[in-house]
Amino acid sequence: MSSILELKNLHVSVGEKEILKGIDLEIKAGETHVLMGPNGAGKSTLGHAIMNDPRYEITEGKLFFEGENITEEDTDKRAKRGIFLTFQDPVPVPGISLGSFTRSALEQGGEKHIKLWDFAKKCKEVCGLLNMDKSYIDRDLNVGFSGGEKKKAEIFQLLMLNPKLAILDETDSGLDVDAVKTVSKGVEEYQKNGGTLLIITHSTRILDNLNVDKTHILIDGKIVESGSSCLIAKINQNGFEEYCKEE
Amino acid sequence: MKEKTYIEDIDESIYDFRFKEDEEDVLGRGIGSDLIDEISKEKGDPEWMRQFRQRSLEIFHKTHMPNWGPSIESLDMDRIITYIRPKARMKNKWEDVPEDVKQTFERLGIPQAERESLSGVGAQYDSEIVYHNLRAEVEKQGVVYTDLETAMRDEKYSEMIKKHFMKLIPPTDHKFAALHGAVWSGGSFVYVPEGVKVEIPLQSYFRLNAESAGQFEHTLIIIGKNSYLHFIEGCSAPKYYAASLHAGCVELYVGENATLRYSTIENWSKNMYNLNSKRALVEKAGKIEWISGSFGSHISYLYPTSVLNGEGSSSEFTGITFSGNGQDLDTGAKVIHNAPNTTSYMNTRSISKSGGVNTFRSEVIVKPQAKGSKSSVSCASLMLDSISRSDTIPVMDIRTKDADIGHEAKIGRISDEAVFYLMTRGLSEEEAKALIVSGFCENVSKELPVEYAVEMNNLIRMEMVGSIG
Repeated sequence: MSSILELKNLHVSVGEKEILKGIDLEIKAGETHVLMGPNGAGKSTLGHAIMNDPRYEITEGKLFFEGENITEEDTDKRAKRGIFLTFQDPVPVPGISLGSFTRSALEQGGEKHIKLWDFAKKCKEVCGLLNMDKSYIDRDLNVGFSGGEKKKAEIFQLLMLNPKLAILDETDSGLDVDAVKTVSKGVEEYQKNGGTLLIITHSTRILDNLNVDKTHILIDGKIVESGSSCLIAKINQNGFEEYCKEE
Repeated sequence: MKEKTYIEDIDESIYDFRFKEDEEDVLGRGIGSDLIDEISKEKGDPEWMRQFRQRSLEIFHKTHMPNWGPSIESLDMDRIITYIRPKARMKNKWEDVPEDVKQTFERLGIPQAERESLSGVGAQYDSEIVYHNLRAEVEKQGVVYTDLETAMRDEKYSEMIKKHFMKLIPPTDHKFAALHGAVWSGGSFVYVPEGVKVEIPLQSYFRLNAESAGQFEHTLIIIGKNSYLHFIEGCSAPKYYAASLHAGCVELYVGENATLRYSTIENWSKNMYNLNSKRALVEKAGKIEWISGSFGSHISYLYPTSVLNGEGSSSEFTGITFSGNGQDLDTGAKVIHNAPNTTSYMNTRSISKSGGVNTFRSEVIVKPQAKGSKSSVSCASLMLDSISRSDTIPVMDIRTKDADIGHEAKIGRISDEAVFYLMTRGLSEEEAKALIVSGFCENVSKELPVEYAVEMNNLIRMEMVGSIG
């Protein structure tokens, strides 16, 4: 299978502080990778650096998408290639509805003109899957959304845009049991459609129903262990303590 | 010199104005009573109007320049005089119209003939047909919609006009009101009789190109008891005058239990001093709704005022101001609660970028007799970068304890995080910022008729282009 995302010795800093200290990672098309680690290990930094968040600076190393070097590329170009990042706390944008925003994002992604009818139909399907009331579509993007609603709205966009690679940044944090199930159902759907996933999490609830190909443990800016989904069970049992001790 | 080309074909004798009175009054000293008479003669003013102009001129010379807002010292009055002269009107040259104005025409897809007209270049764009159809339609209901100069000479309306003209905004109000009184030219007159509800919005857009349309236009709207009118003035296409001063007047008289919605989107060329006065007088249970979009101009002073004169009358003001590089826009709204149980509501947005300055002034005056009145002011400002500026200056003068007054102001910057978030969904930086800005302005655009809302969004997009850098 061909490589979708490849990180080679990636070093990332915020200001003077180095957060990621040489990450090597390869994700192949259709695979699901899980990145786990304690708070402050640099998990979210990795997700955001892949999307070229201006707060982070890549000081060393390279980033490849489908074999092309995108280390210097702008965020929107990366999105247009098919990389999608969900936000832990997506920003409210007053005056723009979730629906019309999703539509303009779709148009950015190369779909020239989406028929209103087709779009509405797909919205309805996705809302059904995510137990979202259709009225969400007309609400201002993330404005007055509860934590759970925000996460659902992110998964809604994921399913609508159907990118090549989705990076889920702590999509399960702060959700109650039912909401986790719903979100997980949405991710499963994306996976079924052949999507490639990098799931960033420090808990494992969202993974219960998902096929995981690889798991990586990130401690203090370095991947200290990579393995199969068995690692998840191990973490669930023992936490990250043993890795931290090694440091 | 370019200035000379504007005036070369003008009768020399007009230049023989006298320098008179007031040594201090450097600005506008060149406007003499003979010039005003010239205008009166050209327009065929009735005698009362001729006298009114002369009186206004005297007031103009005696009144000092406003000294509390953005500086207007660099206003070139000599150039303005050139353009006040009747025969000099419409003498701009297409070559001299600034490039940015031409580009905006291009992007808005405005036909060349209309572009020239909007720029004050000779050719008149003939939109009379559209205008006639519209007028014929509303005439059936007894509505009068015509240009003010024609109406003034018509004996059916002359008394009504004389009774209302510059009574809400008297020439003594400020220096530019006085100038307006002296040199006003063109503008609309609308009269809606009692009980008549005008279904289609009347749009002065169609008439903008008439010879009379100009920088000192006067709009006079009188609507009777239980009537309804939506009047739309201006358009998003930039208006360019080499003389660089706009001092128009809008006077709105809203009858008992009547509703007037007055919408305007102004987009002045960036050399313009926009010193416009707008005022509404509202009778018992009447309502004035202002929707105001201010784009363009170098300096603006604009504070539409509602005088709530009858019990239970109300005003709603929805406004947006966008200032960019080299622009200092001083805008806001004013309400005078003059009767019991009156209500006012202000909701405004201002955006500044590339060093633009926005000042928002709100003034709410509640008189002692205005018991049981309510007022709510909410203004939000968005700065797109760290070199732009935004100020809010609220004034409240409440003379009764029995009033409910609220004020809310928010000033913020466009957040990098929001821009990044939108970019992760494939929008470019410019598109992301434009989207945030049009979302921010949504409260205004949703109040506008669809085609105007679309134009306003286009304008915002255009203003945003090149703002990244």
